[in-house]
Amino acid sequence: MAKSIAHEFTKGLWEEIPPFRLVLGLCPTLAVTKTVENGIGMGVATTFVLVFSNILVSALRKLIPSKVRIACFIIIIATFVTVVELLMQAYAYKLFMKLGIFIPLIVVNCIVLGRAEAFASKNGIVASTADGLGIGIGFTLSLSALGTVREILGSGSLTIWGDLAFHNILGASFQPFSFMVQAPGAFICLGLMLCLMNLVGSK
Amino acid sequence: MTDLIVLAISCILINNILLAQYLGNCPFLGTSKKMETAVGMAMAVVFVLVLAGVITWIVDTFILKRWGLEYLRTIAFILVIASLVQFVEMFLKKSIPALYAGLGIFLPLITTNCAVMGVCLINIKEEYNFIQALVASFAYAAGFGLALILFAGVRERILLARVPRPLQDTSIGLITAGILSLVFFAFKGMV
Repeated sequence: MAKSIAHEFTKGLWEEIPPFRLVLGLCPTLAVTKTVENGIGMGVATTFVLVFSNILVSALRKLIPSKVRIACFIIIIATFVTVVELLMQAYAYKLFMKLGIFIPLIVVNCIVLGRAEAFASKNGIVASTADGLGIGIGFTLSLSALGTVREILGSGSLTIWGDLAFHNILGASFQPFSFMVQAPGAFICLGLMLCLMNLVGSK
Repeated sequence: MTDLIVLAISCILINNILLAQYLGNCPFLGTSKKMETAVGMAMAVVFVLVLAGVITWIVDTFILKRWGLEYLRTIAFILVIASLVQFVEMFLKKSIPALYAGLGIFLPLITTNCAVMGVCLINIKEEYNFIQALVASFAYAAGFGLALILFAGVRERILLARVPRPLQDTSIGLITAGILSLVFFAFKGMV
């Protein structure tokens, strides 16, 4: 039992890491990874929603009639997204302003609904918690990785959290490749990272 | 009137919902492998997005703002969109079966299309009035359709090309989308 719980957790970190293996939730992935800080913030917010919605969906799975389950899941998810929104307004207002409409849009992030439907509605509370935590941390890692590449190439600096930042990593004479922090860079960078994952994983 | 035309052009081309605002990318990659499904999805989105944009604007202005319930916006909007999609589905099934058959499975999928929710939130954030919200919703939806159909055309051609194995499918799709997004960059500064 303990082994399978550990597996539910670790599968989110490599085997089913979103958005590379599980091609879901692309919108926040592309939109917020201009800097590492935004990526981490978005990842943590999504993880919070994922874990708590998984717990509640799993706890209520025998009570929810299967015909209206999607509507019930969405209401549960929307509730936790509102909680995150209010918490961020209170404690991380700057980050909340930077992420903008992408915080309320966690409601329609397919990863969250996908895990509720595919996993939490069929499994127990402990396994669902492990699953939500694993997928959430995997998502955070992916966002930070993409954010690192885009921020270093796009602006030459690296902002980890607030004032904790490194400037001119590639030397003072580096000309920022501003294409990377804009929309086309996001698509191309994610495409190339996916290619890299396929290359490593296919062996 | 000119203001509205400018708003429409900027929503369709310059701030294209898919390629510049990064919204609605899951259906963008998911339904663009075939031209037919892309056209179906584009039509379904235009239909639902215009209705959703108008109704959420009304709900926000006359219910949420009047009673100071703005913190319930996320829940209220998703409920409006989900029930709207369900309602449209039932209505089309009864009265316009041909269109219902055409839209098929794309209708229920729209509930979790973040372009719909995103546009509703943008309408509120930009403090548009009713007419502006209506025009913006339609223009964003048209932009979504335009980008999706263009992309589907490109993707059908890619199927004929020999792509290196690790780059296949989603990976090459994303890179193509990046190039398409670069094309849309050229519209910047038009308005």
